[in-house]
Amino acid sequence: MKSSEKHTITALVEDRAGVLNRISSMFRRRGYNISSLAVGKSESAGLSRMTFVVDGDAKTVEMVVKNLHKLVEVIKVSDISEENAVSRELALIRVKCDVATRSEIMQIVDIFRAKIVDVSQDTLIVEVTGNEDKVNSLVDLLDSFGVFEVMRTGTVAMSRGASFEQDKSMNSPRILENAS
Amino acid sequence: MIKKGSQIVCESLLREGCNVVFGIPGGAILPLYQALPEYPELRHILTRHEQGASLAADGYARVTGKPGVAFATSGPGATNLVTGIACAQMDSVPLVIVTGQVNSWTIGSDAFQETDITGITLPITKHNFLVMDASEIASSIKEAFYIANSGRPGPVLVDIPRDVFVQEVEYEEPGELNLPGYSPNVSGHSGQIRKAANLINEAEKPVIVAGHGVIISKAYDELKELAEKAQIPVITTLLGISCFPEDHVLWTGWPGMHGMAYASFAIEEADLIIALGMRFDDRITGNPSKFALNSKKIHIDVDPSEIGKNIRVDVPIVGDVKEVLTRMNTHVGAATHPAWLKKIDVLKEDHPSLDIPETSKLLARQVVRDISDETKGGATIVTGVGQHQMWAAQHYRFKKPCTFLTSGGSGTMGYEVPAAMGAQVADPDSIVWSIAGDGGFQMTLCELATIAENRLPVKFAILNNGFLGMVRQWQEIFFDSSYVSTGYTGNPDFVRLAEAYGIKGIKVTDKTQVKTAIAEAMDHDGPVLVDFIVEQEENVYPMIPSGMTVYDMIEEPISEKVTN
Ligand SMILES: Cc1ncc(C[n+]2csc(CCOP(=O)(O)OP(=O)(O)O)c2C)c(N)n1
Ligand SMILES: [Mg+2]
Repeated sequence: MKSSEKHTITALVEDRAGVLNRISSMFRRRGYNISSLAVGKSESAGLSRMTFVVDGDAKTVEMVVKNLHKLVEVIKVSDISEENAVSRELALIRVKCDVATRSEIMQIVDIFRAKIVDVSQDTLIVEVTGNEDKVNSLVDLLDSFGVFEVMRTGTVAMSRGASFEQDKSMNSPRILENAS
Repeated sequence: MIKKGSQIVCESLLREGCNVVFGIPGGAILPLYQALPEYPELRHILTRHEQGASLAADGYARVTGKPGVAFATSGPGATNLVTGIACAQMDSVPLVIVTGQVNSWTIGSDAFQETDITGITLPITKHNFLVMDASEIASSIKEAFYIANSGRPGPVLVDIPRDVFVQEVEYEEPGELNLPGYSPNVSGHSGQIRKAANLINEAEKPVIVAGHGVIISKAYDELKELAEKAQIPVITTLLGISCFPEDHVLWTGWPGMHGMAYASFAIEEADLIIALGMRFDDRITGNPSKFALNSKKIHIDVDPSEIGKNIRVDVPIVGDVKEVLTRMNTHVGAATHPAWLKKIDVLKEDHPSLDIPETSKLLARQVVRDISDETKGGATIVTGVGQHQMWAAQHYRFKKPCTFLTSGGSGTMGYEVPAAMGAQVADPDSIVWSIAGDGGFQMTLCELATIAENRLPVKFAILNNGFLGMVRQWQEIFFDSSYVSTGYTGNPDFVRLAEAYGIKGIKVTDKTQVKTAIAEAMDHDGPVLVDFIVEQEENVYPMIPSGMTVYDMIEEPISEKVTN
């Protein structure tokens, strides 16, 4: 598998000063590309959860996972790109609008189950939640009216069902298979 | 009991079994120094440069297998440590570095001698800490030692603001380690171990490539057992040198850019590579996409992120080399591989990489060979970086484990002086020879003062070619002998320099004087510097140019061999 694609990786990390710095330093030093990064508190006090969307082939992603594991403050890492996972992103989009275009924009917003959260004389702010592709298509559609500003949170993701993130034991057969 | 932060640092170090510290004081770390007289069991060796402290701690750690400890003050003191920290990180050497930081309330204000040393060392440490309260010192130092010397070892830095050293807190022994994200796997997966043993039992042309991990985990006996039981030739990496006795029939040299040609060819011809605690560095693989395509590969390493990084492997095993070999050996059957061993002998005959030409000139290689003979292969050899390093690795015949100290991953010139000092402190009765370059020696020679002051009987052999020799060799081969900025025409008289430090100096200009000079140095009860004025334009062979393959190897040209 040589093809470069997007992979989603989540990590449970200690919520301490400098952790983000350590992680981004590792990505930069090893030349891995993050296309989006989202961080927030987790279900446990003192721990945060991060979602990375990484560009690269399978080998690159495997090395990203291993190098994340290697950081002392990273507790769990999972590559959930091949799993059945839910991934969502929230975006705010400031669109140009006037009396003539307003209703057409509102129709599009409806189709995407998005919301208009602010209205002014000649702009609207649209709020949309969905996976990355959905957000991309809405931005593309709205672009014909004139998009002034896009603010995206980056993807957060979770695997479906009862599967939990695997722990750090690098001898899990899956990791060993990945290594070969 | 109420204690100051500085006292807690000292007690924590002692509890971890540390009894030697290398360092230099300064404003931010002064409160720690002022506590030292209360702890006479903690010997402090005052170096002349902080790089000397971090590299001495590196040499100390490699010999003892315990973390080497260094102190430095904030700002320039801390930044001077950086080269030694990077060196330790690349070669998996455990260090615990304690730096002083400016007062906690001034951090971030560009205070006098403030440097963000945890930021600077982020990519060159295994981990680091900024300790903002004295109550966290004991646990941080405990964690630092554990992280530094477990799993794949490496340097850990603990940065402590000046006011935290003087802060008084109720002192408690640190509790259990609290490192939920750190649990190195040392045992190895049983199924994988069996698979590996099966591959070994089926192989017809196996080779072992033994790296630094064998030395770090002290798997000497297990390695020997595997090699002898299944009659497998043993190749080492540069940092693996001395993990297998070089007078053993199965010893097959070391491969790569300047390694023995027969070792590189053996790897190429093998049908199975058993890689132990090594990382398929580019100095070994050359072009990784053309490296050893005829073989399956078993890779045993404690660091999962090394597996599959450079080379695709068939059976990866994450674990400590000693533990994994102990278990794997029980599944490996006896074998003899007569045809393959014969083939290795033929390779050795066809590529006699270690012959030294007959000449009346004083060749650097000959000096190394003579030191090897005079010390019967039992000395601890510490090198700098360059031609002399390669000749030391090629021509010294190591018979004792863990006796070759060199900066392999980082290639740190100047390693030869402080690391030799650290090695001698670690084992005062050992014979330590520093095989030095005239270039590298001058990067850290200020430590001669430390060596004299502490009466450390290190013997220095400067292979003085008046050049940054390795770079000159590249200029000769790849840039038509255009020697830009590599001639060292302003070298000092090293003998008089040594004498200025109260160290015995001997100058050798002729081949006939070499053996007597070495013997004289060994007889002298104290440090000695021997300045060997060697042939200026001798080259290191064989040579595989960067990124190429064994088939692009340049072996020693005949014309050079016969010059007199
Ligand atoms: C600190 C540092 N600076 C530069 C280099 C690049 N370099 C590699 S070998 C070498 C020449 C070393 O000269 P010397 O110590 O005299 O050893 P020789 O090769 O002559 O034996 C240089 C400059 C290095 N490895 N380390
Ligand atoms: Mg030189």
